[in-house]
Amino acid sequence: MKFVKNKVGRSIPEELNGKKLIPFTGKGKGPYKERKYAPKIRRTSPGDGKVLKSLREAIKKGGLTNGGTISFHHHFRNGDFLLNMVCHEIAKMGLKDIRLVPSSIQPINNELLPYLEKGIITHINCGTSGKIADAISRGKMDGLLTIRSHGGRARSIENGDVEIDIAFIASPTSDEYGNINGVHGKYACGSLGYAMPDAHFANFVVAVTNTLVPFPNNPISITQDHVDCIVLLKKPIGDPAGIVSTTLRVTRNPKNLKIARDSIEVIKASGLLKEGLSYQSGAGGTALAATQYLSEYMKAKGIKGSFGMGGATEALVKMLEDGLFEAVLDVQSFDTYAVQSLLNNPKHIEMGASQYANPLSSGCAVNLLDTVILGCTEIDTKFNVNTSTESDGRIMHGMGGHQDTSEGAKLTIIAAPLLRGRIPIVVDDVVSVNSPGENIDVVVTERGIAVNPESQYFELLTKAKNLNIKSIEDLKKEAEKLIGGKPKKPKVTDRIVAIIEYRDGSVLDVIYQIKN
Amino acid sequence: MYIQTGVRTVKIVKSAQAGSLESCDILISVDPAKEGSGIKINLESPAKTQFGDLILSEIKEVADRLEITDVKITAIDKGALGYCIKARAETALRRGAGE
Repeated sequence: MKFVKNKVGRSIPEELNGKKLIPFTGKGKGPYKERKYAPKIRRTSPGDGKVLKSLREAIKKGGLTNGGTISFHHHFRNGDFLLNMVCHEIAKMGLKDIRLVPSSIQPINNELLPYLEKGIITHINCGTSGKIADAISRGKMDGLLTIRSHGGRARSIENGDVEIDIAFIASPTSDEYGNINGVHGKYACGSLGYAMPDAHFANFVVAVTNTLVPFPNNPISITQDHVDCIVLLKKPIGDPAGIVSTTLRVTRNPKNLKIARDSIEVIKASGLLKEGLSYQSGAGGTALAATQYLSEYMKAKGIKGSFGMGGATEALVKMLEDGLFEAVLDVQSFDTYAVQSLLNNPKHIEMGASQYANPLSSGCAVNLLDTVILGCTEIDTKFNVNTSTESDGRIMHGMGGHQDTSEGAKLTIIAAPLLRGRIPIVVDDVVSVNSPGENIDVVVTERGIAVNPESQYFELLTKAKNLNIKSIEDLKKEAEKLIGGKPKKPKVTDRIVAIIEYRDGSVLDVIYQIKN
Repeated sequence: MYIQTGVRTVKIVKSAQAGSLESCDILISVDPAKEGSGIKINLESPAKTQFGDLILSEIKEVADRLEITDVKITAIDKGALGYCIKARAETALRRGAGE
């Protein structure tokens, strides 16, 4: 295998499984293709019915064969039942070598593990957690895991890096002609943002619902002209209670509260915290606390922002309700409060994945962000961020919109503790790179704040007297002193089990199978 | 005939423990062991790959300093730092020695 070093110093094979890889050369590059992918033309004639009674009928109608590719959205998060249901049906039908393109794999999908081991599922394209991620790290899947950001996933579907044979869309409601929304019905999940590129670019689109409503459904998130059939099931497609189960509550840990408070101090010092602010944060406990501090400050000072984006959470929606933002742009509703708001508040706007974060489009919303607060599992002295692997080399998480928002926002803040247990978060070199250091402006820890010398805010922030500014090397040394040395590097084999793409389709890093 | 000279050893006479299973702590249990069986440590840790050897050496260092030669130690680590591990080890061993 021939390797080349990319811009973040990682060795990338020139070719993998017969596919040429493009090494990452910095942000703002591409497109690497001239035209978007064009799905098959289908015809539905007057008098044709679209409603089917079983998943098997839909799988047959979509013409799925061995080696085929199927896609899903994960808006039910850990309460999603559809991905498992479809895979069980495919296994019963005797199909193999299936490629999965879900927008995420959650712990609820652990039951798919035997299908990886039996060669029924051979490739996965998305962020992955839980036992499936662990099994891939140990080499239990024949093919490759391709980890993409939410924007990168939309791009890969639109430019044909991924060709979807059948998109299965868990649909809280649909009419009999395939007009879908996510806000009505007993099993409402809110925004259907991640399913939109799938609906527009898959070769066959199946809406799966428990709630068939009279034509025309209203509002419509995904329209009938993209939907080939509707499967009406009695068995629930998802449990809305599962949406919140994998995101966190606001932290009460004093260390994390300090990090949250200091993150807002950094935004204040940057000069961005003024009229018209646009803001995004994750749904982790520290990010939620930061959003609360931001809200309190804006209220006290009478500052009104333009839009909040996410991952819509109750914390963000409450800011909209308090008049602190003009609008919330919602690619994914993180709790039932946000689902209700999307249904009832006209200022709460549903947004597709491409509109949110696809870099190779005519303009995505992350480009308009002033600031974003993100987390990490590790950050190194070059400010490269790891979100996918633990320091022992195992794949544990995806990356959400990390790359997208960190490239798009003017000021990108990483909020993280210096240590988790004995594991250092600030290190010499991250195990794997999910976001390049050039995207990161500041890292806020409980023991100090480091500013990237490349950041346009470097001068301004390092002069701020109320911030405990340190160099990233000093933070790293402080961590090493506390733990009494450097952690041992993970032991890996020479087999590549996963690649991490940048949002434009070039390759940031590869992940090797771990030993034992 | 074997004569031991100049070597002082402290005996673990009973089972004892120190620490907890809280995050960033370690639970260390000690049990008496047969003479000549040495210091045997059984370690569980979320960071075993990265820090397993370091944690074992920290516990062993405490046992050596207390001049304990034969003991069975079980350590369940929850991400504790070195000073915590050494303090918990010392307390557990001293309790086991009947102090």
